[in-house]
Amino acid sequence: MSALQVHVEGIGLWSASLADFAALKAQERGEPVTPPPARPAASTLPANERRRAPESVLLAVEVAGQAVAMSGRAAAELGCVFSSAYGDQLISDYMCTTLAHAPTELSPTRFHNSVHNAPAGYWTIATGCHAPSNAISAGHASFGAGLLEAATLCVSEQQPVLLVCSDIAGHGPVGDMSGSQLSFGCALVLSPQVSERSLLRLDLMLEPHAGPMLHPAPRTGAWQEANPMASAAWPLMQNLARGAGECTVAAAETLALRVVMETAA
Amino acid sequence: MPVPIQPLAVSAYTATSALGHGLESHLAALSATRGGLRPNDFSSAPLACWIGRVEGVEDAALPAAHAVWECRNNRLAWLGLRQDRFLERALDVRQRYGAARVALVLGTSTASIGATEEAYRRLDDDGHMPPDLRRPLIHAPHSLAGFVAEALGLEGPCLTVSTACSSSAKVFASAERLIRLGLADAAVVGGVDTLCDSVLFGFNALELVSPDPCRPFDQARRGISIGEAAGFALLERTGMAPHAPRLLGYGESSDAHHMSTPHPEGLGAELALRDALARANLHADQVDYINLHGTASLKNDEVEAALVTRAFPTTTRASSTKGFTGHTLGAAGILEAAFALQAIEHGLVPANLGCTAPDIACGPQFAWEVEQRRVDTAVSNSFGFGGNNACLVFGRAPA
Repeated sequence: MSALQVHVEGIGLWSASLADFAALKAQERGEPVTPPPARPAASTLPANERRRAPESVLLAVEVAGQAVAMSGRAAAELGCVFSSAYGDQLISDYMCTTLAHAPTELSPTRFHNSVHNAPAGYWTIATGCHAPSNAISAGHASFGAGLLEAATLCVSEQQPVLLVCSDIAGHGPVGDMSGSQLSFGCALVLSPQVSERSLLRLDLMLEPHAGPMLHPAPRTGAWQEANPMASAAWPLMQNLARGAGECTVAAAETLALRVVMETAA
Repeated sequence: MPVPIQPLAVSAYTATSALGHGLESHLAALSATRGGLRPNDFSSAPLACWIGRVEGVEDAALPAAHAVWECRNNRLAWLGLRQDRFLERALDVRQRYGAARVALVLGTSTASIGATEEAYRRLDDDGHMPPDLRRPLIHAPHSLAGFVAEALGLEGPCLTVSTACSSSAKVFASAERLIRLGLADAAVVGGVDTLCDSVLFGFNALELVSPDPCRPFDQARRGISIGEAAGFALLERTGMAPHAPRLLGYGESSDAHHMSTPHPEGLGAELALRDALARANLHADQVDYINLHGTASLKNDEVEAALVTRAFPTTTRASSTKGFTGHTLGAAGILEAAFALQAIEHGLVPANLGCTAPDIACGPQFAWEVEQRRVDTAVSNSFGFGGNNACLVFGRAPA
């Protein structure tokens, strides 16, 4: 099967220990890194929106803002794909708790913030972006399916695309189900054409019937295992930091996506 | 502006809503202008409103092999898949192309959050979910697509689109791109949303729920009636089904205005419409019927009526079918795509049920009563929270 080719122009990253992609590269070089504040800055949002926005939005907007800044592109021109396996689990926990005890007291703001496309909504509003925005989910394959959706949009429409993959830490009974114990987000700006902005090229190939290959590896206790999105994204993020390598991510239950990295030349 | 796309054949489709199970019951209800709303008998606490509830969801138990996916939303999915021989058609497509060559793209706004709500009503003494609901797969947005992928045995790209009320319209766009790039040969698209406390009390908190049956585009409209639905469609290249109706185009846009209120001039909606017509290589005067988003919220209907009035000639007919089914949220895109396809197949422009005194913004395009007329091209509008807009264009196969 022929490969989809996309050029990476910007990379965003946030976890409790890594403030951005530069921190990951420093860590890869064995240098000490300073962890970020507990709450992502999400400075793309106006101050009043930043106060109101739920945690899932702050996380997604933070990594989106980093990736777009690195690319040097105008956010308003980028179609965007926001992927999350669980959406805002804090709001889910709040809503289900409130609905069980006092349903008529449900907060209207938290309800409209509960839609899976809340990060896409806040982002497009803050950046004045009228381009198509998508909000998707694909269980444990949410990273690979997001990358496939973004690359497909980028190549088919010949437009640069922002991909944001993020999940916050779960809470309460619904958090027990998700297994997401910490927050992690990453973002890529992808372009169909090579340019002076290009950092690397990704060649993506679907590998069907790959079920056994996609079974999770035995746990090693690494931090990223405490967030399914982090765990899925980590091999590619490490390759990006090293500037080389190939990896395989799950794009669906038995569908693998092979991601081969070529440095821009 | 986007370049025109190669149309795709909609080689099968189906819908299940408050109007009944399968296309025939929908055609009968639309032909007779018989709505499906009823007083709310669903929410876990009383809430005085009207709902579009599907009969028999509770009885549609999943096959034992898929029991891990059991929840009301997946029961509605299973009920919907078995109408109009859709399940057989989808399995046939899998056989023809191979499981990995058929994509699955489904829209939902709340997936099976109803099961999560139930678990919270029945937490044990330690605050954990009851054992029968301790199933992680159903407490995630991908529950619907995960179940349908397993039930149909599909192994191609598989995606949940969750952009509120545009979810199951946008699935056509994602599927078209996958087929255009050769990443799939066919796609099952669709969407399912079921009634749940989250949406009933959530829209109630936003003061968007009408105490009466919803009245789209009426001067005295008081908000939405929430409904539930399941719908699916099969997309293939036209050579495989030359006589099937076609997906001619789609458009997507973002309002960049407000999380729960549409852009006051309908900027995003118009961008999506223009984008869809450009992809379909059509002008507005070639559109015979528009199935409107028409939720009966004050703001949506005002903005959408103005858009129809300024963008289309009087020969274009327009109506909202929310008065028949309620607003089925994440399933509205596919349900109303099915109405657009039925308009083409049966020459039926549905009435804008529920409106007796039209808003002054409504032009002569509005079909207040059911009309029998030839429809070659039909558009369906879907606009969601977060300013997320999608517009679909369907057409008759060339003779």
